[in-house]
Amino acid sequence: MISKATIIRTVVLVGAVAALEVACRTGAIQPALVIAPSAMVKALAETLQSDDFGGHVQQTLSAVAIAMTLAIVGGFAIGFVLHWIPFLRRAFNPFLAAYYAIPHFAFYPLLIVIFGLGPAPLIVLATLFAMVAMIVATMAGLDRVPRVLLKTARIHRLSLMQEIWRIRLPAAAPHILSGLKLAVAYSFIGVIAGEFILSTSGIGHEIAYAYDNFDNPRMYALILFVLGIVTTFNMLVWTWERRLARRRGMAS
Amino acid sequence: MATRLASVPVAETYKVHARLDGVTRIYPPRAGHGEVHALGPLSLDLRAGEFLSVVGPSGCGKSTLLDVLAGLAVPSAGTVEFEGKRVLGEVPDGVGVVFQEDASFPWLSVEDNVAFGLRRAGMDAAETRRRVDFAVGFMGLKDFRRAYPSQLSGGMRQRVCIARTLVLQPRLILLDEPFGALDQQTRLLMGDELLRLWRETGATVLLITHALDEANLLSDRIGVMAARPGRFIDIVGTGWPRDRDSRLAERPDFGAVTARLWSYLRGESLKALQGSSPPLGGEAR
Amino acid sequence: MTLSLRSLRSLRDPILVAIGLVTLWQVLHQIAGDSAVTAPAPTLAHLWEMVGQARFLPHLRETGLAFLQALAISCIGGVLVGVVLGGHRLTGEVAEPILVGLYSVPKITLYPVILLLFGLGMPAKVAFGALHGIIPVVLFTMNAVRNVNRTYLRAGRAMRLTPAQTAWHILVPATLPEIFSGLRIGFSLTLLGTMLGELFASQRGLGFLLMTAIDLHDVKTILAIAVLISAFAVLANAALLAIDRRLHRGATPEAEKT
Repeated sequence: MISKATIIRTVVLVGAVAALEVACRTGAIQPALVIAPSAMVKALAETLQSDDFGGHVQQTLSAVAIAMTLAIVGGFAIGFVLHWIPFLRRAFNPFLAAYYAIPHFAFYPLLIVIFGLGPAPLIVLATLFAMVAMIVATMAGLDRVPRVLLKTARIHRLSLMQEIWRIRLPAAAPHILSGLKLAVAYSFIGVIAGEFILSTSGIGHEIAYAYDNFDNPRMYALILFVLGIVTTFNMLVWTWERRLARRRGMAS
Repeated sequence: MATRLASVPVAETYKVHARLDGVTRIYPPRAGHGEVHALGPLSLDLRAGEFLSVVGPSGCGKSTLLDVLAGLAVPSAGTVEFEGKRVLGEVPDGVGVVFQEDASFPWLSVEDNVAFGLRRAGMDAAETRRRVDFAVGFMGLKDFRRAYPSQLSGGMRQRVCIARTLVLQPRLILLDEPFGALDQQTRLLMGDELLRLWRETGATVLLITHALDEANLLSDRIGVMAARPGRFIDIVGTGWPRDRDSRLAERPDFGAVTARLWSYLRGESLKALQGSSPPLGGEAR
Repeated sequence: MTLSLRSLRSLRDPILVAIGLVTLWQVLHQIAGDSAVTAPAPTLAHLWEMVGQARFLPHLRETGLAFLQALAISCIGGVLVGVVLGGHRLTGEVAEPILVGLYSVPKITLYPVILLLFGLGMPAKVAFGALHGIIPVVLFTMNAVRNVNRTYLRAGRAMRLTPAQTAWHILVPATLPEIFSGLRIGFSLTLLGTMLGELFASQRGLGFLLMTAIDLHDVKTILAIAVLISAFAVLANAALLAIDRRLHRGATPEAEKT
């Protein structure tokens, strides 16, 4: 069943695209500013077939994949350790609380100086950006395991490993999943923003390059591509999360 | 009946099923307040096969008493015995506990919740299935086997928790205000089911409650606790027949027992209210 | 007496973290050498000297002005839009997934479009900063308005409050803590957006200085500016967080839970 809000939202989005199309076709908006959506799609089709495109996509996506994996696995491990060792946690807490207040891209130039211009600084940047969300979510999830479930574990005389595996992790799963969701989105943001500002390849760089060369069709095609692929990926993660939630009967 | 819930009726094996002897529980000082003397010294012989309730003003240490008896908390002084053996910081085999808070696992279906303890104990699949079938049927959960707890009402979730305890065939069942979050009518019906369960398993039951009527209705004996530090003012015997249910409330002498409980507790409850000491051992979120 | 002791204790953690970070910095310097990471003391001395120079001030002012304008748009615009979306259920449901989607997309890809629309210079930076900051403010405000306990409103009606009294004495205090949490996050993201905007195709501002320093391989300046921005961000965030906690009166702000 489709909700009323979904229908209205679709109508609004389609209407906005149609309005933009009309405005561009009639010349109300100059092609030097924005090109018509149909032209964007056409340009995207051409761009997809261009020779160097595959290489850029592959580079960007592999950097995202590596950063995402490192952030999720590392963030979970660190969050888990910090949860169990109160001393470490007290030491790191102020740092974690302020972490996302820092415009981390200010440190990006430094990473370039240290790691050179390859994919490494991008991956490091995106990993650092995404990992803390995962750390915080893992700790939040483990903190909020209801005490009564831990008592229940003791009544069933579970070992520590069983208690972690059978009680703590499943109880913390919703929080950990929302951290994972953020880590995925942040990995994309970290890599593409890094490429955009300081890189010689990758999709982010290609957009900046097209802008510098007044190549609007290619620029809009690439923007469309990035927004499309990131949104698709995020939606897949969301759908997966919701499916898991619904299996628990907790769909919101 | 094809399946029995308890292997051996405990009353035939033991006379005193569990014993608290001079038990105290003192919480160490924490930020904001000094050490808190929550419980005792307190002694109690729990007779095999009896249904004993504990009532008392809020914060009197009722739940601490249960935790100590279950082996979930270690007494500061005194000893706890179950079936003749010391209980030392670990839940003994044969003891089942049901809490007030919803302790069903939201990530498991009803039948997986109920089977949880059996699977952890390595019970074979056929026997697990048989026991789960029985407990699910006994608790009226047949139509909800594949449902998840969040799809059930609070009363149904508490049934899941009781069924999960039941499959382990506990000889001593401890209930910590299990119906505290339920409405009055549901409470009465759940009480009837609890009585049926008690009769059919032959287990010993200790129920912590704040509802005087409920304690009166369900119990052979009722322990009345004083405000902190919690200890027994009296243990009231009801003399109700073993084969009883909630229609007991219609009896003329029913009100007399409740009135007696209240006469003990009125003063204590006032003390607790004015002392306004925060309850201990409660949920920290 | 106890109060001063407590405030001392609350200062202890941040001081320890600061010492830890400077130590880490020094260690990195020992490992990587001057060409990658300059030592803390000379870098901070360089920062001090730089801030004293007259040619530094226009850049600082440029970034500061861009940030303040973007912040004003994020806060005022975000709260207004959030109140509308929170007050009108259907509009909120229509808009929320779009906002969440926009929130998790790399907004830098939209920067060229903003540059084309606003031209190079201050307006584009302001627009880009506001684009980052406004979404969390809208989302938090919307949820705050949506989640106002209906019982408060019924209590207000039972006390025969006028609509204005209801708004001022019930709605504002009930929503303020959550809205403030949104503003705090909006503050950080606006700063992030403004800085990002300056790193690309900019001729003035701290971001521009950073890019120039990269071209010159001037590690000391890169680090000095990064430290300056971070210190500002962390101190401002700490102050906002303190207010946030007070507004929540001991309850954990929603924003910290995720």
